[in-house]
Amino acid sequence: MATIDSKIPKGPLAQKWTNYKNHQKLVNPANKRKLDIIVVGTGLAGASAAASLGALGFNVLNFCIQDSPRRAHSIAAQGGINAAKNYQNDGDSVYRLFYDTIKGGDYRAREANVYRLAEVSNSIIDQCVAQGVPFAREYGGLLDNRSFGGAQVSRTFYAKGQTGQQLLLGAYSALSRQVNKGTVKLYTRYEMLDVVIIEGRARGIIARNLVTGKIERFFGHAVVIGTGGYGNTYFLSTNAMGSNGSAAMQIYRKGAYFANPCYAQIHPTCIPVHGDIQSKLTLMSESLRNDGRIWVPKKLEDAKAIQEGRKTANDIPDEDRDFYLERRYPAFGNLVPRDVASRAAKERCDKGYGVNNTGLAVYLDFKYAIQRLGADVVAQKYGNLFQMYEKITDENPYEVPMKIFPAIHYTMGGIWVDYELMTSIPGLFAIGEANFSDHGANRLGASALMQGLADGYFVLPYTIQNYLADQIQVARMSTDLPEFVEAEKAVQDKINKLMSIRGKRSVDSIHKELGHVMWEYVGMGRTKEGLEIAMKKLKEIKKEFWSNVFIPGEANTLNTELEKALRLSDFLEIGYLMAIDGYNRNESCGGHFREEFQTEEGEALRQDDQYSYVACWKYTGENSDPELLKEPLDYEETERKTRNYKN
Amino acid sequence: MEKNINITLKVWRQRGPQEKGAFETHQLENISTESSFLEMLDVLNEKLVKGGQEPVVFDHDCREGICGMCSLYINGHPHGKDTEVTTCQLHMRRFNDGDTITIEPWRSAAFPVIRDLMVDRSAYDKIMQAGGYTSVNTGGIPDANAIPIPKTIADEAMDAASCIGCGACVAACKNGSAMLFVSAKVSQLALLPQGKVEAAKRVKAMIAKMDELGFGNCTNTRACEAECPKGVSISNIARLNREFICAKLKD
Repeated sequence: MATIDSKIPKGPLAQKWTNYKNHQKLVNPANKRKLDIIVVGTGLAGASAAASLGALGFNVLNFCIQDSPRRAHSIAAQGGINAAKNYQNDGDSVYRLFYDTIKGGDYRAREANVYRLAEVSNSIIDQCVAQGVPFAREYGGLLDNRSFGGAQVSRTFYAKGQTGQQLLLGAYSALSRQVNKGTVKLYTRYEMLDVVIIEGRARGIIARNLVTGKIERFFGHAVVIGTGGYGNTYFLSTNAMGSNGSAAMQIYRKGAYFANPCYAQIHPTCIPVHGDIQSKLTLMSESLRNDGRIWVPKKLEDAKAIQEGRKTANDIPDEDRDFYLERRYPAFGNLVPRDVASRAAKERCDKGYGVNNTGLAVYLDFKYAIQRLGADVVAQKYGNLFQMYEKITDENPYEVPMKIFPAIHYTMGGIWVDYELMTSIPGLFAIGEANFSDHGANRLGASALMQGLADGYFVLPYTIQNYLADQIQVARMSTDLPEFVEAEKAVQDKINKLMSIRGKRSVDSIHKELGHVMWEYVGMGRTKEGLEIAMKKLKEIKKEFWSNVFIPGEANTLNTELEKALRLSDFLEIGYLMAIDGYNRNESCGGHFREEFQTEEGEALRQDDQYSYVACWKYTGENSDPELLKEPLDYEETERKTRNYKN
Repeated sequence: MEKNINITLKVWRQRGPQEKGAFETHQLENISTESSFLEMLDVLNEKLVKGGQEPVVFDHDCREGICGMCSLYINGHPHGKDTEVTTCQLHMRRFNDGDTITIEPWRSAAFPVIRDLMVDRSAYDKIMQAGGYTSVNTGGIPDANAIPIPKTIADEAMDAASCIGCGACVAACKNGSAMLFVSAKVSQLALLPQGKVEAAKRVKAMIAKMDELGFGNCTNTRACEAECPKGVSISNIARLNREFICAKLKD
């Protein structure tokens, strides 16, 4: 059995990153320009990495599937980014950010990685301000903060409800500057279809030009994957339509471990599903829980009247409203972590208290904030989110409460990486949401932006040099080498096979079927029996896909159905990995809730003695189940406790 | 209230940039008014694929109005007639039973059609690469609170920075001018102390690139401002002109 070496540096937790940087190998400036680095993805992680590596002097090739790097889905993050600045003098520190993140992750993340994340968080804010990111400010001219779930301090920096957009545009600006300088070459509307391994090391990729349909080969001394998460396995999610897990699955099939696939985050505040032609779900920022109060009616008859359209929210007097988060979690109230808030909403709706025609919604009410602060202040803080809500639902949240329901939003699981962010394939790195490393079983709000930028600006540019220092003698390789030829042929064969099926089902119709199975059996509440059914059904859907999908048009030109089919072929495999991982993990933790494992009050019940490990899945072949390898999680600095958000 | 409507679509189909395009007519029945415009197009495409035909190609991604990818010219308006929305946020409740809806790509010399409703907007990236940044490398930055910035200035910079780079301003402009896009970035950075350092160099470089790429000039019709999904104001264009003149005078 392979052993898992996470390469965590020795020494006390707070010294590890400094020690690592003091002793790692570096590449001198003259050698940097001789080294090619492929970065796939232009989101916060990919763009910040490409820009930083370019600025250091490496020769960077940067790929994205959209028409411009600025479109990556990081742009849709609304609420904010955490940092341990303690500008509010409310008791924050690097240690406290570290601790909150470990606890929020339900003690399933690596201590050393999380500490490093908290340590570099402050530099990210400095960097972004220097780029011209217009963070919100106080009247005195200093930066403003707000609170997010799972924290008792205000450490979240924000730019209206468009923080992800502003941070991404900052990284995109830095990237554009490097393109102008010639250190980064952009490949837009290109999709990676495989990684090329030569003598055990990642040496390039095969990518398809989405406009011409041409399959092309690219060499790199190292390859970096920053392609985001796999939430679209569920078909309906808050991810962008193009977000996919294909790059992760390609490298998984080449030997990179896939870690903790079952940890999927279900965000509590999304606009509810309206019908069966719906294509995606829209998130309403967690920041709204700073001032919005979540409730359902206390009385079942009121809930029923609302569901049938006989009553509206404003007909229910305050004393008949059940502010269930404030009731169950007095210390954190409406700002409990996402997994806790989502399950609490499901619990109320399962009991029949839901508030729309499907019974699958709860209220998020701003009446009280408007009474306390005035409509102007509320508009200033959340105006663009309110506008977005109104455009989608045709209801004015200044007058009636928002209706919200949980939806798949983020995946904590991902490609396994060591402390250096290198996968189990030498020379192949994974950053941002694509890796598994920092959020454990549940991610706290405003931490995704922090992690993506930490990886790209301040971690990878160091750790990748420790690898590349040994590669300076390696000359650029020809893409005519047999490994490139074979990888391209395998991609071409797969495309030919898909095109030749010519069945009766559209790609989307099969994807929706997959999504239903995932939401039903691998969603918010999972059981042993349910996961068994899921695995069986997923095999059937996979068979249906490979025998009955229909892709119109030609492969050697622009073909959006072929693009979707290639991605779906990978979602089918990811769904299975998620189910098998959830089946193996006989405990509840964070985003993985097994109904058999809960306390009397319905809280997640971990089994630390048996499952305190990272589940790393190793590919064993097309028709066999993957092999499970375990990376034990040791906690030196924090004591593992049952998470308590009550007092 | 939710209801279902029947509509007729006239959709622009064009195989490639050099090929001749034409409108194609399709009937759609029982479209829920709760669905979005792009979900309605999903229904059309599902129907086309079921019939063995190729789907209508259009750009879209986040479907929540922020990525700037979607770019349809609907009944003569970029992103349709609703105000301050992108195509993906436009909902079918804005249409009536029996309506005929015309859908075209952005039409501008600087944005050639790739296929059907998908256009090439890489010219925007090129303008950004010419100077839409502050010249700082990663690391070695002073504390974020080292330079206080008045709230009003920060807010004004944020308003300019909310541009999503969709290209609706160019599509709306009779001159095919990219002035609103360029002015939004120039304004954001010129307002902030971090961007002021290179303001003169930036405005000259970005305007030179804009001219080179075949965008037209601004004649103050304000069509761009009226159609901008993010409500970016043309006062930014005034600032762009001031910045440009001041920079040139110093030459």
